[in-house]
Amino acid sequence: MILEVRGVSKRFGGLQALTNVSFTLTAGRILGLIGPNGAGKTTLFNVINGVYAPDGGQVIFREEDITGKPPYEVAQRGLARTYQVVRPLQELTVRENVMVGACFGREKHHKAPAAHIADEVLAFVGLAKKADLLAGSLNVAEKKRLEMARALAARPYLLLLDEVLAGLNPSEISAMIDTVRQIRDQGITIFMIEHVMQALMTLSDEVIVLDYGELIAAGTPEEVVEDPKVIEAYLGDPKIAQRLLAQESPDSLA
Amino acid sequence: MQLLTSLIDGLLIGFVYGVAAVGLTLIWGVMSVINLSHGPVMALGMFSTYLLFTNLGVNPYLALIAVAVFGLVLGLVIYAVAVHRVISAPHLSSLLATFAVNMIIIGIGTAVFSTSPHNIDFSLGSIYLGPIILPAARLLAAVAAILFTVLLYLFLYFTRPGKAIRAVANNRMAAELMGIPSAQVLALSFGIGTALAAVAGGLIATFFPFTILSGGPYELKSFVICVLGGLGNPLGALLGGLLLGGLEGLIPTFMPVSWVPVLEFGLFILVLLVKPSGLLGAKT
Amino acid sequence: MKALQRFGFWLPVLFILIWGLYILTVRQDSAREQAFTLLMFVGLASSLNILLGYTGYVSFGHIVFFGLGGYSGFYFLSAHNLPLLLSALLGGVVSAILAGLIGLAVLRLRGAYFALATIGVNEAARAFVSNFEPFGGATGLFVNYSVYQGFGGPGPALWRTFIYLWLIVLITVIISYVIKNSRFGLGLLAIREDEDAAMVMGVKAPRAKTLAFMFSAFFPGVIGTLYFFKNGNVEPGDAFSLHMSIEMLVMVMLGGMGTVFGPVIGAVAYQGLRGFLLTSPLFKNLHLAIAGVFLLLIVLFVPAGAIGWLRERFLKLRKVLE
Repeated sequence: MILEVRGVSKRFGGLQALTNVSFTLTAGRILGLIGPNGAGKTTLFNVINGVYAPDGGQVIFREEDITGKPPYEVAQRGLARTYQVVRPLQELTVRENVMVGACFGREKHHKAPAAHIADEVLAFVGLAKKADLLAGSLNVAEKKRLEMARALAARPYLLLLDEVLAGLNPSEISAMIDTVRQIRDQGITIFMIEHVMQALMTLSDEVIVLDYGELIAAGTPEEVVEDPKVIEAYLGDPKIAQRLLAQESPDSLA
Repeated sequence: MQLLTSLIDGLLIGFVYGVAAVGLTLIWGVMSVINLSHGPVMALGMFSTYLLFTNLGVNPYLALIAVAVFGLVLGLVIYAVAVHRVISAPHLSSLLATFAVNMIIIGIGTAVFSTSPHNIDFSLGSIYLGPIILPAARLLAAVAAILFTVLLYLFLYFTRPGKAIRAVANNRMAAELMGIPSAQVLALSFGIGTALAAVAGGLIATFFPFTILSGGPYELKSFVICVLGGLGNPLGALLGGLLLGGLEGLIPTFMPVSWVPVLEFGLFILVLLVKPSGLLGAKT
Repeated sequence: MKALQRFGFWLPVLFILIWGLYILTVRQDSAREQAFTLLMFVGLASSLNILLGYTGYVSFGHIVFFGLGGYSGFYFLSAHNLPLLLSALLGGVVSAILAGLIGLAVLRLRGAYFALATIGVNEAARAFVSNFEPFGGATGLFVNYSVYQGFGGPGPALWRTFIYLWLIVLITVIISYVIKNSRFGLGLLAIREDEDAAMVMGVKAPRAKTLAFMFSAFFPGVIGTLYFFKNGNVEPGDAFSLHMSIEMLVMVMLGGMGTVFGPVIGAVAYQGLRGFLLTSPLFKNLHLAIAGVFLLLIVLFVPAGAIGWLRERFLKLRKVLE
């Protein structure tokens, strides 16, 4: 058990963003997180990695209670994440971006070994040739890969991926799916938010579903898709319901 | 009784501080720019009132209308030349751009007026309210300050350009999508902000001597007031002005007057740290 | 030390080294005075750059550390007869400690709020010191003439002060380089680009920012002590001049913030321009206005500053200019 979320709640003013959310994640697996827009998915990520302290409940990571710890302490314990809207360090080079992950992540390297790790990780995500460019000059797909590289350079035990497929074209999506699999095969546990359903269904070992901040379903992808509560939740958002029911190919979704 | 007189005296000046601060906070609220040329514009307001009175014999309070128009035009020019290009750049750029304008105004002003003190020789005597004696100039200044604030309020709430300013302050992107020409609105807001600074300067000139450098301390006071009232909140700025004026009136009755700025800036930092949205709890 | 093989390290270091040696060989009082002012601003701009350029926090009232450190150092020197260098270093330490305390509070603010708070800190400090009797209140402190005897008279004392300043500025620039190229510096750069993302990557931002603030306050404290000793007195108006504070920002911006060499040439260029305008009969009366026009043009059209512009324009120069 690498991650255990126990009864987590989070409120913003009058908005109850998360209500008593509990689930566990077994090491070495890929857990998918779905839910309509505004269901609290990114908030859940933010509570897990310490950006927000929850109002109630606990987050246990590798047998340690990390509830309410600041994000840098969570990161140093081996939990890395990417952002839904990419946030590269624009005026630094691609290599420097990745070195930040290596220098301040779990292994806390000095700069020389960090540069070495950065080059290794950049080769893995296919950005080796861009290492000396400024991060701000990359295109969206490259920035997504950079985010991934930065997270991987921290050598995390658990990686939170927030919609890494959004905004990519079909060939970029299938390349990214391969990358995610390879990361899992390296032994890194993955917890991912994804709107591209088909991709999520093929990648995830398990899926949990949030709706209005509550966990309404959990199980294998097949079980979850057929859960009447999930279908009902998505029917509130007809566009996504359509996608889910029609199971279209990824290209029409991006 | 001395206490009450000091308090009322302070509050009257507080209205004038409030007008300057409303100008600063309006600019911040609409475009997130801290206008470091606010002080020199106030100084120009002082000198325009002075010139109109001394050379043309215009009553200083009537001169305020001309000063306001002058401030508006000046603001439009400053916006077009210095601010427009850096409106979306990091804060440092707009801070330094408006500071450059500050240097230009002070530089030219020093060359023209030197840095020796001037004053407007227009005595109105004092007004006796029972045992309380008040300089009439300050009372009139407060009345004028209130008048300009009311005008601003009417403008912002009951005219189309005023509503456009509030819309842009609220959400520039959304306002643009609704077809509001944001560049013109930003320029207008900047112009109104500087017009208020010039008017406040003109009012101060009716009761204090001044130099071209006199705007500096008032600019700092405006910062303090804006933060007390919540940056971007005009009503807060007006009340903040009263609070600061009241404090300036009262503090010297308890301790040496040189401690006033210590307390003022101490309060300023404290509010920034504890309640950056201002004492009045406005949303910024 | 890999730095010793890097041109980007040697360029500013040699520049300052040779400059100081040159002044020491010509041994003219006027040249020394001019170099003192220039070097002082090089040091101030370089220290401000650690916070502004590397960490991305716009400290508008940074001169407060020059004032507080200078006052403290001057106080150790004149009231307790401590040696000059020790007093100056103590002034720097006081500055850094105060920065640590102030930083714990104000570094929680971001953007314009931080800038405003630093202005407030400077004004509050100026007002407080004006009322603080041990520091001489509004009239300030004066050098006791007997202090000069230890140096063999006022002349040698001024030369000694210059040498101390020169070495301190040299160290400032070296530290600036070392920080920029260290793991700590990488963390600062990450904070500058996106503080929240940096924290999520493990950068302990609150501690890193505070440390950067302390570094950037230490050197102005030392430099302040030397400057006020050279002047023979210190008073609140000189020590907490908001105008000088903004000039420091202009110098950093002019040369290129976030670069090591930028603040060095920014300070020299700004002071050079100012000196030229002040002495030119044509511009003397308008020097401030012309400097303002110049600043405006830089801010509007070359916001990266001279070195930043060169680095952007010629990618190959990135390896050379730091």
